Amino acid sequence: MTDVRTEEPRTVQGAPRIGESAPRPDGIPKVNGSFAFSSDLWHDRMLWGGTLRSPHPSARIRSIDIGPAVAVTGIHAVLTSADVPGSPTYGLEHADQPVLASDVVRYEGEPVAIVAADHPDAVRLALDAIVVDYEVTMPLVDPGVAESSDPIHPDGNLIRRIHLRHGDQEVVGDVVVEGTYEVGMQDQAFLGPESGLAVPAEDGGVELFIATQWLHADRDQVAACLGLEPGLVRLTLAGVGGAFGAREDLSLHAHLCLLALHTRRPVKMVYSREESFHGHVHRHPARMWYRHHADRAGNLVRVEARLLLDGGAYASSSGAVIANATCFAAGPYRVPSADIEGVVVRTNNPPCGAMRGFGAVQVCIGHEAQMDRLAAALGMDPVELRLRNVLAPGDRLSTGQVITGTAPVAEVLRSCADHPSAASLPGDPMSLPGGAGRTADPAHVRRGEAIALGFKNLMFSEGFDDSSSAICRLEGGVATVTCACAEVGQGFVTLAQQITREVLGVDEVVLAPAATATMGSAGSTSASRQSWMSGGAVQAACEEVRVRLLARVADDRGVDPDELVLVEGRVVSLSGDFEADLASVTAEAIEAEVEFRHAPTSPLDENGQGDAHVSFAFSAHRAIVDVDRDLGLVKVVELTTSQDVGRLLNPLQAIGQIEGGAAQGVGLAVMEEVLVLDGRIRNASFTDYLVPTALDMPPVEIAALIEQPEPGAPFGAKGIGEPPCISSTAAVVAAIRAATDLDLTHVPVRPTDIALAGA
Amino acid sequence: MSAGPYVLRVNGNDHEVPDAHLGESLLWVLRERLGLPGSKNACEEGECGSCSVQVDGELVCSCLVLAAAGVGREVTTIEGLAPDGELADVQRAFVEAGAVQCGFCTPGLIMAVDTLLDDLPDDGSDPDDLIVREAISGNLCRCTGYGRILEAVSIAADLRRENRT
Repeated sequence: MTDVRTEEPRTVQGAPRIGESAPRPDGIPKVNGSFAFSSDLWHDRMLWGGTLRSPHPSARIRSIDIGPAVAVTGIHAVLTSADVPGSPTYGLEHADQPVLASDVVRYEGEPVAIVAADHPDAVRLALDAIVVDYEVTMPLVDPGVAESSDPIHPDGNLIRRIHLRHGDQEVVGDVVVEGTYEVGMQDQAFLGPESGLAVPAEDGGVELFIATQWLHADRDQVAACLGLEPGLVRLTLAGVGGAFGAREDLSLHAHLCLLALHTRRPVKMVYSREESFHGHVHRHPARMWYRHHADRAGNLVRVEARLLLDGGAYASSSGAVIANATCFAAGPYRVPSADIEGVVVRTNNPPCGAMRGFGAVQVCIGHEAQMDRLAAALGMDPVELRLRNVLAPGDRLSTGQVITGTAPVAEVLRSCADHPSAASLPGDPMSLPGGAGRTADPAHVRRGEAIALGFKNLMFSEGFDDSSSAICRLEGGVATVTCACAEVGQGFVTLAQQITREVLGVDEVVLAPAATATMGSAGSTSASRQSWMSGGAVQAACEEVRVRLLARVADDRGVDPDELVLVEGRVVSLSGDFEADLASVTAEAIEAEVEFRHAPTSPLDENGQGDAHVSFAFSAHRAIVDVDRDLGLVKVVELTTSQDVGRLLNPLQAIGQIEGGAAQGVGLAVMEEVLVLDGRIRNASFTDYLVPTALDMPPVEIAALIEQPEPGAPFGAKGIGEPPCISSTAAVVAAIRAATDLDLTHVPVRPTDIALAGA
Repeated sequence: MSAGPYVLRVNGNDHEVPDAHLGESLLWVLRERLGLPGSKNACEEGECGSCSVQVDGELVCSCLVLAAAGVGREVTTIEGLAPDGELADVQRAFVEAGAVQCGFCTPGLIMAVDTLLDDLPDDGSDPDDLIVREAISGNLCRCTGYGRILEAVSIAADLRRENRT
């Protein structure tokens, strides 16, 4: 050993900042099994809860007899709608969904009663023992006749209609193509089932540990149902096993709190996978009719569309989903004239709501199929046709809104289209369609290639008053950040640390738990908004701490604060007179709390016009597929993508989002559909609802991540979570069309759509 | 039917399981009786692999195995893959590669990859892409699209090779 002292390195290894691939702070607990997900919670005195669900999609409840259930050994509570002390209904946009059904049930799986017992077996016995006398009624399952059918809910069967009209309504193109498309119901299929633990508090309130996307919206809805002040309902984020939109609505939240308050015992509930399929909203199935007009040179002249989404039994976020579908129906193209009607209706099918891509996924399948049809009608190259029409900064959307931010659409498309493919022809039979089944005859396998382009808004739209709050506390050189942002796997916790290090130059950043009792709302972890909103709140709180710190040091030293800078964790005077490390000047803590808002937006007017959106992100995918025409089997061989990211905050996490989103897009293209027959889900399991495995997923080649910093966004970064699952589905389906010369208007493309085409 | 107390050997330690119902799955007993919730409960019908553990070195879905069938065998869970405070090669590789997002599939996938690397021939070659994909195809991941997980397998294979030589 030598005794040489060296200067401390100023950029400490393992403390990366903005733009670097910082590791997740929860990475080690997640790989060693110690990370506590909501289903891992445990309390010594806890009971187990369970839910009785309607077996019918539509029925009147004549009576409920809980007597036999109460008699089950080990049962502590059996509750029905009569036991809900506050609002009998809840909902994200409209409180139209019963906490527990009282007089009617409107979908298969609707909660009717809840129980708590000291063992899950007692829960099951008690649920079986409850006697519900149903008068079964004919379910309304066809969204096409919902508006003309008797209302199945006091709020009526129309959830929202938007009729967007833009530009000259009389114009007609030289070339007109028309198409009708259908998209099936997709499940978010997060792996961590709905679960949580409610603990009654001594002040008459309740603590709820829960996996969710938006703690404060949950709190307000639960408190209303419990008849409690919101301050008495305290939510803390428990480990979230994925979300993808399915945790935006309440599921078991109010049920757990009701049981805990009733029994005065902690209560835990965990949904089974089958129950999870019934317990959360899905991506809306869509029926879409399109007519595209263009001149002979390939310039889009007019787009007409009729969009019908099936909202299922309750409204959830359907109103916002149809707004997105309508606003983005024409795709990221200049459209001088548009007539687009978007309608979302109520049926007795499973409720639909938020899923990653939120309305933009369905219409991308439609507008991209139309662009390919138009290219064929014009005899043009599909990429060339798109490039001729893509949006650019300063252009207007069909909503009349002018794009004031960045819109590198041509760059995204061109870079993706020009990227060389690494795909080779299948060698191993495992690489053929059908894979391990080794069913495909290689001589009959045909390859197809196609490209698709998509876009979506970032953040909430239509004048929503959106905000996030963060507290930064700097003490002894250690920063502690508190924010109620729900970490659902996307990596906000990593970004919060990177942002704090970037602004304050600290190495150690502690993240306090996300909870309603300690913090204001961070808004929802959805709409690709948290990097911008909660990232912005963390940045602003850290900036405020920096300002106060420099003011304090300036005051102590009797210098002008402008003479001081914070460099690499040290306060340094520009004159070079002194230098102090952060730990020494923050022995006494400095704390700042900031509420962050984006620029305001406007509602849509009666013609669907208005500056309704904050910002937009664009992506392109190119898909190469092999198709066995005889058996209708598809192998997705390669996906190539480019994306508009504003600025990369963490390259490794960005790749994770881009690959993961593409997998959900591949799933929707070729295998994922919740099959609903007469209002009943037929495949509520991972045996029957297929999601892509490692053998189904192709390599995802990232051609380019276009960095054009977005004005107003923290560090110029756009949200990156949703675009990967927007254009990916459309590209894969288009490639299958290219391989088969079939129209293939239903998504997902089913083997029968190919093998039995024309039969 | 209640079984007499039986003993399960998990991660090198003997655990007495009193008053157990004979029909309880190994997953249930690990999670709810032995306080080892690292093995996850995503489908409980053997489709997702998130409950994967090793029994005598063989990869199984613990949701499909009766706990009582594990008597006299060696059960290894994610909690026992490395000594306390340390990370096994596969665990390190998952963190380094960015293979973890929500993390719910992670313990099961790590157990699957650990088993795969144990079973691969020790000839210094990189594991074949199709063999790796097949080996982890019983483990669903909804966040990553598998790209970073495949990268983690590659890193872990290198780490294990270095450890052997």
